[in-house]
Amino acid sequence: MSEVIVVTSGKGGVGKTTTSANVGTGLAAMGKKVVLIDTDIGLRNLDVVMGLENRIVYNLVDVVENKCRIKQALIKDKRHQSLYLMPSAQTKDKSAVSPEQMVRMIGQLREQFDYIILDCPAGIEQGFKNAIAGADRALVVTTPEVSAIRDADRIIGLLEANEFKQIDLVINRLRYDMVKRGEMMSASDVVDILSIPLIGIVPDDENVVISTNQGEPLVGNNTMAGRAYQNICYRVAGREIPFIEFDKSVSFWTRVSGIFHKN
Amino acid sequence: MGIKHFFSRRKSREIAKDRLKILLISDRVNCSPEMMEMIKTDIAKVISKYMKIDTQSMEIQISKTGIKGHDSKTPTLYANIPILDLHNK
Repeated sequence: MSEVIVVTSGKGGVGKTTTSANVGTGLAAMGKKVVLIDTDIGLRNLDVVMGLENRIVYNLVDVVENKCRIKQALIKDKRHQSLYLMPSAQTKDKSAVSPEQMVRMIGQLREQFDYIILDCPAGIEQGFKNAIAGADRALVVTTPEVSAIRDADRIIGLLEANEFKQIDLVINRLRYDMVKRGEMMSASDVVDILSIPLIGIVPDDENVVISTNQGEPLVGNNTMAGRAYQNICYRVAGREIPFIEFDKSVSFWTRVSGIFHKN
Repeated sequence: MGIKHFFSRRKSREIAKDRLKILLISDRVNCSPEMMEMIKTDIAKVISKYMKIDTQSMEIQISKTGIKGHDSKTPTLYANIPILDLHNK
């Protein structure tokens, strides 16, 4: 049975595309058949994060307008046999697609894939409505900042109004050192405020920038973010994985630096 | 806590949490913090007719989690009102 997951946040720049790329890649690495769909028409980016920008021939709008078959628009990933990307159109705008067309296309993709992951654009307008139209569940991405959390709350309200049964929270770019100093909200603060189940905490990690530069998702490698995304994939697939305590490594270094500072 | 806490600047984590709590209440019900404050004073006024309450530490909150057995999507108004004396009047 296939599952359609929309990755959304409301606010832009909190890590929807990075999360989509890493969750999709991670699930494919677990042997699942996965298709990533970039629904951000006019501002496509998932292709670049996946490093597949040079292989695009057809896109989502071409599929909906019946200019090509679904299969022609799907780009096979560089490393994973069972991972495909459906790129978005760069030249059209968001009104080029309707929610009904998305539902129909997703219906066809369900026959071939275990997971269909939709990378949602920022905002709550047409693009958002398109992205959530055919989805079964949602991953809401936020950072521990007031603006991102406020938008996430709004999004959660809209998802609930659209009768989403499963909405899970990804907290991105958490800085444990700042939480410790009392200058950043902790994961549990954010969960308390948004009151939806937590599915992952991704620490602020420069390796995310490096992996985006290279066009290769970092899920599964031995970086903090890579491990965090791996765990999110396991949890998405239904495995119970305890949350990693990055806090321990921080406190170790604080202790080491404490020796020199003597405070 | 104690003296050390008293002298230290309020941490931005706490400020963020407090701001968000108020902000989200008005976002969720589409009513302003001023209106929430008015609801709170009115509730306090009515209850005070019957018993002595602690108006300083009373809290009202609109939450969308709902009550058991009810539709979870219904927003619910929670009032947390400490009673100082039940037999005031």
